[in-house]
Amino acid sequence: MESVGNIILYFIVAIAIIVFSVLTVTTRRILRSATYLLFVLFATAIIYFQMDYQFLGAVQIAVYAGGILVLFVFAIMLTQQPGKNAEPLASNKRWLGLIAALAGVAVCGYGLFSYADFGKRLLSGGVDVNMEKIGQFLLSTDKFGYLLPFEAISVLLLACIIGGVVIARRR
Amino acid sequence: MDLTLFMYLIPSLIMFGCGVYGFITRKNMIAIMISLELMLNSVDINFVLFNRYLFPGQMDGMFFTLFAIGIAAAETALALAIIINVFRIAKNVDINKITKLKF
Repeated sequence: MESVGNIILYFIVAIAIIVFSVLTVTTRRILRSATYLLFVLFATAIIYFQMDYQFLGAVQIAVYAGGILVLFVFAIMLTQQPGKNAEPLASNKRWLGLIAALAGVAVCGYGLFSYADFGKRLLSGGVDVNMEKIGQFLLSTDKFGYLLPFEAISVLLLACIIGGVVIARRR
Repeated sequence: MDLTLFMYLIPSLIMFGCGVYGFITRKNMIAIMISLELMLNSVDINFVLFNRYLFPGQMDGMFFTLFAIGIAAAETALALAIIINVFRIAKNVDINKITKLKF
Protein backbone atom coordinates (compact mmCIF):
# COMPACT_ATOMS: atom_id res chain seq x y z
CA MET A 1 0.00 0.00 0.00
CA GLU A 2 1.47 3.27 -1.12
CA SER A 3 1.11 6.52 0.74
CA VAL A 4 -1.67 8.85 -0.41
CA GLY A 5 0.77 11.60 -1.36
CA ASN A 6 2.67 9.24 -3.63
CA ILE A 7 -0.53 8.23 -5.45
CA ILE A 8 -1.65 11.83 -5.90
CA LEU A 9 1.81 12.73 -7.21
CA TYR A 10 1.65 9.79 -9.62
CA PHE A 11 -1.69 10.92 -11.06
CA ILE A 12 -0.50 14.50 -11.46
CA VAL A 13 2.64 13.31 -13.26
CA ALA A 14 0.81 10.82 -15.48
CA ILE A 15 -1.86 13.30 -16.55
CA ALA A 16 0.77 16.00 -17.13
CA ILE A 17 2.84 13.65 -19.31
CA ILE A 18 -0.14 12.53 -21.40
CA VAL A 19 -1.67 16.00 -21.88
CA PHE A 20 1.56 17.84 -22.55
CA SER A 21 2.99 15.26 -24.94
CA VAL A 22 -0.21 15.38 -27.00
CA LEU A 23 -0.05 19.18 -26.97
CA THR A 24 3.63 19.12 -27.96
CA VAL A 25 2.88 17.40 -31.26
CA THR A 26 -0.46 19.07 -32.03
CA THR A 27 0.13 22.75 -31.30
CA ARG A 28 0.67 24.96 -34.33
CA ARG A 29 3.18 27.34 -32.74
CA ILE A 30 6.60 25.82 -32.42
CA LEU A 31 7.73 27.91 -29.43
CA ARG A 32 4.73 26.62 -27.49
CA SER A 33 5.65 23.13 -28.57
CA ALA A 34 9.09 23.60 -26.98
CA THR A 35 7.47 24.92 -23.80
CA TYR A 36 5.19 21.89 -23.53
CA LEU A 37 8.24 19.68 -24.06
CA LEU A 38 9.79 21.39 -21.03
CA PHE A 39 6.80 20.36 -18.89
CA VAL A 40 7.07 16.77 -20.14
CA LEU A 41 10.75 16.71 -19.20
CA PHE A 42 10.02 18.04 -15.71
CA ALA A 43 7.36 15.37 -15.21
CA THR A 44 9.91 12.75 -16.28
CA ALA A 45 12.34 14.10 -13.69
CA ILE A 46 9.64 13.71 -11.04
CA ILE A 47 9.24 10.04 -12.05
CA TYR A 48 13.00 9.57 -11.58
CA PHE A 49 12.81 11.16 -8.15
CA GLN A 50 9.89 8.90 -7.26
CA MET A 51 11.97 5.87 -8.26
CA ASP A 52 14.69 6.96 -5.76
CA TYR A 53 17.18 7.83 -8.51
CA GLN A 54 17.93 11.34 -7.30
CA PHE A 55 21.09 11.74 -9.34
CA LEU A 56 19.27 10.81 -12.54
CA GLY A 57 16.51 13.31 -11.84
CA ALA A 58 19.09 16.03 -11.26
CA VAL A 59 20.84 15.10 -14.52
CA GLN A 60 17.51 15.15 -16.35
CA ILE A 61 16.71 18.66 -15.12
CA ALA A 62 20.22 20.00 -15.66
CA VAL A 63 20.92 18.52 -19.09
CA TYR A 64 17.49 18.30 -20.70
CA ALA A 65 15.55 21.15 -19.17
CA GLY A 66 18.57 23.39 -18.69
CA GLY A 67 20.65 22.61 -21.75
CA ILE A 68 18.73 21.07 -24.62
CA LEU A 69 15.60 23.20 -24.16
CA VAL A 70 17.67 26.39 -24.22
CA LEU A 71 19.29 25.18 -27.47
CA PHE A 72 15.83 24.53 -28.92
CA VAL A 73 14.57 27.96 -27.94
CA PHE A 74 17.67 29.59 -29.46
CA ALA A 75 17.23 27.66 -32.72
CA ILE A 76 13.52 28.51 -32.88
CA MET A 77 14.17 32.20 -32.24
CA LEU A 78 16.87 32.25 -34.93
CA THR A 79 14.80 30.54 -37.62
CA GLN A 80 11.13 31.50 -37.09
CA GLN A 81 9.37 34.81 -37.49
CA PRO A 82 7.62 35.58 -34.19
CA GLY A 83 3.89 34.89 -34.09
CA LYS A 84 3.83 32.90 -37.30
CA ASN A 85 1.81 29.70 -37.22
CA ALA A 86 2.83 26.54 -38.95
CA GLU A 87 0.96 25.78 -42.14
CA PRO A 88 -1.94 23.36 -41.71
CA LEU A 89 -1.08 19.80 -42.56
CA ALA A 90 -2.33 17.92 -45.55
CA SER A 91 -5.07 15.69 -44.22
CA ASN A 92 -3.86 12.44 -45.80
CA LYS A 93 -0.47 12.87 -44.12
CA ARG A 94 -2.10 13.55 -40.78
CA TRP A 95 -4.20 10.40 -41.05
CA LEU A 96 -1.13 8.41 -42.03
CA GLY A 97 0.74 9.64 -38.96
CA LEU A 98 -2.24 9.03 -36.70
CA ILE A 99 -2.69 5.49 -37.99
CA ALA A 100 1.02 4.71 -37.61
CA ALA A 101 1.15 6.07 -34.06
CA LEU A 102 -2.07 4.36 -32.96
CA ALA A 103 -1.02 1.05 -34.51
CA GLY A 104 2.32 1.22 -32.70
CA VAL A 105 0.69 2.06 -29.38
CA ALA A 106 -1.90 -0.70 -29.84
CA VAL A 107 0.70 -3.37 -30.63
CA CYS A 108 2.95 -2.32 -27.72
CA GLY A 109 0.01 -2.07 -25.34
CA TYR A 110 -1.29 -5.49 -26.32
CA GLY A 111 2.18 -6.95 -25.89
CA LEU A 112 2.50 -5.40 -22.44
CA PHE A 113 -0.89 -6.42 -21.15
CA SER A 114 -0.70 -9.97 -22.45
CA TYR A 115 2.40 -10.50 -20.28
CA ALA A 116 0.47 -9.46 -17.22
CA ASP A 117 2.61 -11.12 -14.56
CA PHE A 118 5.65 -8.86 -14.46
CA GLY A 119 3.58 -5.71 -14.85
CA LYS A 120 1.89 -6.24 -11.49
CA ARG A 121 5.19 -6.02 -9.59
CA LEU A 122 5.37 -3.51 -6.79
CA LEU A 123 8.16 -1.23 -5.76
CA SER A 124 10.42 -3.15 -3.39
CA GLY A 125 12.16 -1.33 -0.55
CA GLY A 126 14.20 1.82 -1.05
CA VAL A 127 17.37 1.27 -3.06
CA ASP A 128 20.53 3.00 -2.00
CA VAL A 129 21.92 4.84 -5.02
CA ASN A 130 24.36 7.36 -3.64
CA MET A 131 26.98 9.35 -5.50
CA GLU A 132 29.87 7.27 -4.17
CA LYS A 133 28.39 4.09 -5.63
CA ILE A 134 27.66 5.74 -8.99
CA GLY A 135 31.20 7.09 -9.24
CA GLN A 136 32.73 3.71 -8.41
CA PHE A 137 30.57 1.96 -11.00
CA LEU A 138 31.40 4.55 -13.65
CA LEU A 139 35.15 4.20 -13.22
CA SER A 140 35.54 0.49 -12.50
CA THR A 141 36.61 -2.25 -14.90
CA ASP A 142 34.84 -5.02 -13.01
CA LYS A 143 31.96 -7.10 -14.26
CA PHE A 144 29.38 -4.32 -13.84
CA GLY A 145 31.82 -1.47 -14.42
CA TYR A 146 31.22 1.22 -17.00
CA LEU A 147 34.71 2.55 -17.72
CA LEU A 148 34.65 1.70 -21.44
CA PRO A 149 31.34 3.47 -22.25
CA PHE A 150 32.49 6.35 -20.07
CA GLU A 151 35.64 6.79 -22.15
CA ALA A 152 33.75 6.19 -25.41
CA ILE A 153 31.26 8.91 -24.62
CA SER A 154 34.08 11.32 -23.82
CA VAL A 155 35.51 10.67 -27.32
CA LEU A 156 32.01 11.14 -28.75
CA LEU A 157 31.64 14.49 -27.01
CA LEU A 158 35.03 15.57 -28.34
CA ALA A 159 33.94 14.62 -31.86
CA CYS A 160 30.72 16.58 -31.27
CA ILE A 161 32.66 19.69 -30.22
CA ILE A 162 34.89 19.48 -33.30
CA GLY A 163 31.85 18.87 -35.52
CA GLY A 164 30.07 21.88 -34.04
CA VAL A 165 33.06 24.10 -34.72
CA VAL A 166 33.40 22.83 -38.30
CA ILE A 167 29.68 23.24 -39.05
CA ALA A 168 29.34 26.68 -37.52
CA ARG A 169 32.52 28.10 -39.08
CA ARG A 170 32.05 30.71 -41.80
CA ARG A 171 33.41 29.67 -45.16
CA MET B 1 -4.30 1.19 -4.33
CA ASP B 2 -0.83 0.21 -5.44
CA LEU B 3 1.43 1.77 -8.00
CA THR B 4 2.34 -1.09 -10.31
CA LEU B 5 4.79 -1.14 -13.18
CA PHE B 6 1.95 -0.91 -15.72
CA MET B 7 0.71 2.37 -14.31
CA TYR B 8 4.05 3.98 -15.05
CA LEU B 9 4.44 2.30 -18.45
CA ILE B 10 1.17 3.70 -19.84
CA PRO B 11 2.19 7.42 -19.86
CA SER B 12 5.54 6.39 -21.33
CA LEU B 13 3.79 4.42 -24.10
CA ILE B 14 1.52 7.37 -24.93
CA MET B 15 4.54 9.69 -24.99
CA PHE B 16 6.24 7.41 -27.52
CA GLY B 17 3.09 7.34 -29.68
CA CYS B 18 2.94 11.13 -29.67
CA GLY B 19 6.60 11.22 -30.70
CA VAL B 20 5.90 8.91 -33.65
CA TYR B 21 2.92 11.02 -34.73
CA GLY B 22 4.89 14.27 -34.55
CA PHE B 23 7.87 12.77 -36.32
CA ILE B 24 5.71 11.71 -39.28
CA THR B 25 3.44 14.73 -39.61
CA ARG B 26 5.61 17.73 -38.76
CA LYS B 27 7.23 19.75 -41.53
CA ASN B 28 9.51 22.02 -39.55
CA MET B 29 12.91 20.44 -38.87
CA ILE B 30 13.06 21.76 -35.29
CA ALA B 31 9.60 20.35 -34.57
CA ILE B 32 10.83 16.98 -35.83
CA MET B 33 13.76 17.21 -33.40
CA ILE B 34 11.31 17.97 -30.58
CA SER B 35 9.30 14.83 -31.47
CA LEU B 36 12.54 12.85 -31.47
CA GLU B 37 13.27 14.11 -27.95
CA LEU B 38 9.86 12.87 -26.83
CA MET B 39 10.63 9.38 -28.11
CA LEU B 40 14.10 9.32 -26.53
CA ASN B 41 12.66 10.50 -23.24
CA SER B 42 10.04 7.76 -23.23
CA VAL B 43 12.71 5.10 -23.80
CA ASP B 44 14.76 6.56 -20.92
CA ILE B 45 11.76 6.25 -18.61
CA ASN B 46 11.32 2.62 -19.64
CA PHE B 47 14.95 1.78 -18.86
CA VAL B 48 14.64 3.27 -15.39
CA LEU B 49 11.28 1.63 -14.66
CA PHE B 50 12.33 -1.87 -15.69
CA ASN B 51 15.54 -1.54 -13.73
CA ARG B 52 13.81 -0.29 -10.59
CA TYR B 53 10.88 -2.70 -10.60
CA LEU B 54 12.38 -5.93 -11.94
CA PHE B 55 16.05 -5.70 -10.85
CA PRO B 56 16.19 -3.32 -7.89
CA GLY B 57 19.61 -4.53 -6.78
CA GLN B 58 21.38 -3.55 -10.01
CA MET B 59 22.01 -0.21 -11.66
CA ASP B 60 22.33 -1.09 -15.36
CA GLY B 61 19.16 0.67 -16.54
CA MET B 62 20.17 3.80 -14.68
CA PHE B 63 23.55 3.89 -16.40
CA PHE B 64 21.95 3.27 -19.79
CA THR B 65 19.70 6.26 -19.16
CA LEU B 66 22.65 8.34 -18.02
CA PHE B 67 24.59 7.60 -21.22
CA ALA B 68 21.47 8.03 -23.37
CA ILE B 69 20.93 11.52 -21.92
CA GLY B 70 24.55 12.44 -22.69
CA ILE B 71 24.35 11.13 -26.25
CA ALA B 72 20.98 12.83 -26.82
CA ALA B 73 22.46 16.16 -25.72
CA ALA B 74 25.38 15.81 -28.15
CA GLU B 75 23.13 14.71 -30.99
CA THR B 76 20.67 17.56 -30.47
CA ALA B 77 23.44 20.15 -30.39
CA LEU B 78 24.89 18.91 -33.69
CA ALA B 79 21.47 18.60 -35.36
CA LEU B 80 20.50 22.12 -34.38
CA ALA B 81 23.84 23.43 -35.68
CA ILE B 82 23.13 21.71 -39.01
CA ILE B 83 19.57 23.09 -39.09
CA ILE B 84 20.78 26.65 -38.46
CA ASN B 85 23.39 26.24 -41.19
CA VAL B 86 20.70 25.00 -43.60
CA PHE B 87 18.60 28.01 -42.68
CA ARG B 88 21.53 30.31 -43.40
CA ILE B 89 21.77 28.90 -46.94
CA ALA B 90 18.16 28.08 -47.88
CA LYS B 91 16.32 30.69 -45.72
CA ASN B 92 13.82 28.19 -44.36
CA VAL B 93 13.71 24.95 -42.38
CA ASP B 94 10.73 23.32 -44.09
CA ILE B 95 11.60 19.76 -45.11
CA ASN B 96 9.30 19.94 -48.15
CA LYS B 97 11.15 22.92 -49.57
CA ILE B 98 14.70 21.73 -48.95
CA THR B 99 15.15 19.14 -51.66
CA LYS B 100 18.56 19.92 -53.07
CA LEU B 101 21.56 18.30 -51.49
CA LYS B 102 23.97 20.40 -53.51
CA PHE B 103 23.69 24.15 -53.83
